[in-house]
Amino acid sequence: MLRRVSRWFRWFTPPIALAAFAALAAFATPAAAEVPKPEIVIANPGSKCIASPEVMRRTHMTMLLHQREKTLRLGERGAKVSLEGCIECHASKTTGSVLGTDQNFCQTCHAYVAVKVDCFDCHQPKTGMVKTTGIKP
Amino acid sequence: MAAKNIVYREIANQRAIWTLLALCGLFIVAGAGAHLTMEHYGHVITGMDNRIVWGLPHVFAVFLIVSASGALNVASTASVFGKSIYKPLAPLSGLLSLALLAGGLTVLMLDLGRSDRIIVAATQYNFKSIFAWNVFLYTGFFSIVGAYLWMMMDRRMNAYTKHLGAAAFIWRLVLTTGTGSIFGFLVARQAYQSAILAPTFIAFSLSYGTAIYLLILAGACAMDERPLGDAIVGRLKNLLATFVAASLYLVAVLHLTNLYFTRNHGIENFILRDGGIFTALFWLGQVGIGSILPLILLLAPAKVTRSNVLTASAAVVIGGVCQMYVTIIGGQAWPLNLFPGYSVSSSFFDGEVHNYAPSIWEILLGLGGVALAIAIVFLALRLLRFLPERLDDATLDPSHAHAE
Amino acid sequence: MSEENTPEAPATQDLSRRAFLGVSASAAAAAAGFVALAPGVKLMELAHAQSAYPAAGQFASSKIRWGMLIDTTKCATGCSDCVTACNTENAIEPGSGRPAQSSQWIRKIELKEQAGGHRELSLPMMCQHCANPPCVDVCPTGASFKRADGIVLVDRHICIGCRYCMMACPYQARSFVDEPLHDQNPEVPRGQGCVEACTLCVQRIDRGLGPACVEACTQAGHGAMLFGDLNDPAGEIAKRIATTASSQVRADLRLDPGVRYQGI
Repeated sequence: MLRRVSRWFRWFTPPIALAAFAALAAFATPAAAEVPKPEIVIANPGSKCIASPEVMRRTHMTMLLHQREKTLRLGERGAKVSLEGCIECHASKTTGSVLGTDQNFCQTCHAYVAVKVDCFDCHQPKTGMVKTTGIKP
Repeated sequence: MAAKNIVYREIANQRAIWTLLALCGLFIVAGAGAHLTMEHYGHVITGMDNRIVWGLPHVFAVFLIVSASGALNVASTASVFGKSIYKPLAPLSGLLSLALLAGGLTVLMLDLGRSDRIIVAATQYNFKSIFAWNVFLYTGFFSIVGAYLWMMMDRRMNAYTKHLGAAAFIWRLVLTTGTGSIFGFLVARQAYQSAILAPTFIAFSLSYGTAIYLLILAGACAMDERPLGDAIVGRLKNLLATFVAASLYLVAVLHLTNLYFTRNHGIENFILRDGGIFTALFWLGQVGIGSILPLILLLAPAKVTRSNVLTASAAVVIGGVCQMYVTIIGGQAWPLNLFPGYSVSSSFFDGEVHNYAPSIWEILLGLGGVALAIAIVFLALRLLRFLPERLDDATLDPSHAHAE
Repeated sequence: MSEENTPEAPATQDLSRRAFLGVSASAAAAAAGFVALAPGVKLMELAHAQSAYPAAGQFASSKIRWGMLIDTTKCATGCSDCVTACNTENAIEPGSGRPAQSSQWIRKIELKEQAGGHRELSLPMMCQHCANPPCVDVCPTGASFKRADGIVLVDRHICIGCRYCMMACPYQARSFVDEPLHDQNPEVPRGQGCVEACTLCVQRIDRGLGPACVEACTQAGHGAMLFGDLNDPAGEIAKRIATTASSQVRADLRLDPGVRYQGI
């Protein structure tokens, strides 16, 4: 048993060492040298900011997660947290959307951190759509 | 006893194995490509629509899943029913059942509208749904059969083989009941809504599983030129004949009962007489090729040859796919009866038989699952010791002079 | 909705939606509702008034059960105003595939009696919002659910697109979105890979309006569709059901649908 372990160890040590070195190297390299940090531009700054940017960055996903249950399952409307509300303020002035290019609000950060945004398969990312119909004004 | 002389060995015929695996690999890659295409463009590119919501992928998936539970029967016969002559065949039986289940579930999960949400299916449950129970039943099956294989193949654990075997046996009865109940619990459709679908699916699983087992066993032994005796094939053939007869009986009871209810005459006339492709697949495929032909081949001749048995097994498999097609797609093609006593028409195809034409994507996805199951089996046979070196009469049962 | 347009002091702190709407309607604010003047005749809400959602903290109440009453004698063959209104409100467009692949939340069914004089009639069919919905029973993740006020909905956040609910629905009410969508109504999120069905225009109900199909049928003057709270004995719909014969489709299945039909 011990002989088998030591033989295994001898075989696999070089690749493991190489992998560990590569991982260290990757961490050591400043990521900012490769990909520019996103610039957040609030297209329509208003007075309805829900929380400070630091709080929002960390917790907007849980806020949305909790509120969607209340809105959909319990029928609560008009809450402070609302995806439509986010889009009203944050949609880009030029494209009217929170998606589309890496300058658009949601896509900016999500492209940077490589987290897929699942919301907009169903939710409308563009602002200014007539509410009782889906038609653009 | 004879069991002590059984030596298990990996399949040595590299060329055959790698050729087969390469062929399977092609189909697996094609299936993966089909899934990615369907995910990107949406199911709009397939033959499925709002009337036929479950198409060919489900036919293949349910067939593989149902066969998976039946394929374990050979091992159960050894461990649970104490027929020690089957013991050398048990590891392959466990392996085959895991492989078939893996193939079937892969097709099922890749056919979802949102395959990226499988983690949701694994964490959020509505326990009134038989689908939710099936998530536990299927994953539990992997664990239990995995443990069962360990008990079988690890000499130190052999004492526990029959306990795990009993657990696996009960588990797969519940699992197949659950699979049949997917349809049986649907009150909306005339083709389903029956409690008999659960035991019928158990009978199907036993016959399809045993047939596939026979084909794989014969194929693996032939690949490595390992002798496969008539004693064991004879016993498996008798099992197969029994299961095919039981399936035929339960199907007959289902249809005869439905024929007695005037309100179900619509679906019965459709399947049995007026349904075009479905009628052809039912009589020619499910009943003719899938039941009558195997029974004749397995029971009629004075001396049943190896080719009789293998032809019968292949016929059962073909009949099984036809049966799943008739059950799953035929059940959806027949319209719901919302207004008894009225004939109806609408823009949503109410009141009319809806045809289904599978697209290439669905065919490739289904075949990919089949290829995955075969690949898992033969890769395991190549790498691990599932198959005995000799399965001839002398090794298995020295008292047996000739085939049954 | 057909509640009386009189002020109603809420009895408890926890306002039911009906009481809340009664208060706001009487305040003659932007919010508007239906008022029953006579059976089948309703005061239309102001054409461009978009009612606001109530303030946060209000939840759908189980004291209410939303339902519809459809008078098939007033429903004309060939008329599809309700279908057009639904498609416009919920931004449902024909898909790029076969007709059977397009979503249809509401459809017109033409019936012809097989026996006797072969009477012909026509009616709209949509999700029946059953009290015991089979689609809710079979959904593995619980995405198909019934809200407290009786509306059966699909939670598209957790729908995995298995289509089991479509197999289970006795009314063929559900559709599957099988291609990417783009111009959705921001109030009606819908997308590829999930199952969907008539929501009774929940986004309008929560604002005090009625479903788009009912509004269109009423505005066009046909008067075949009536919407309201089945639990409100003073409401128009409950009164009509109590006096005139109506039936549920596939009533033998005992699902207790919220949509009832007259004249079948």
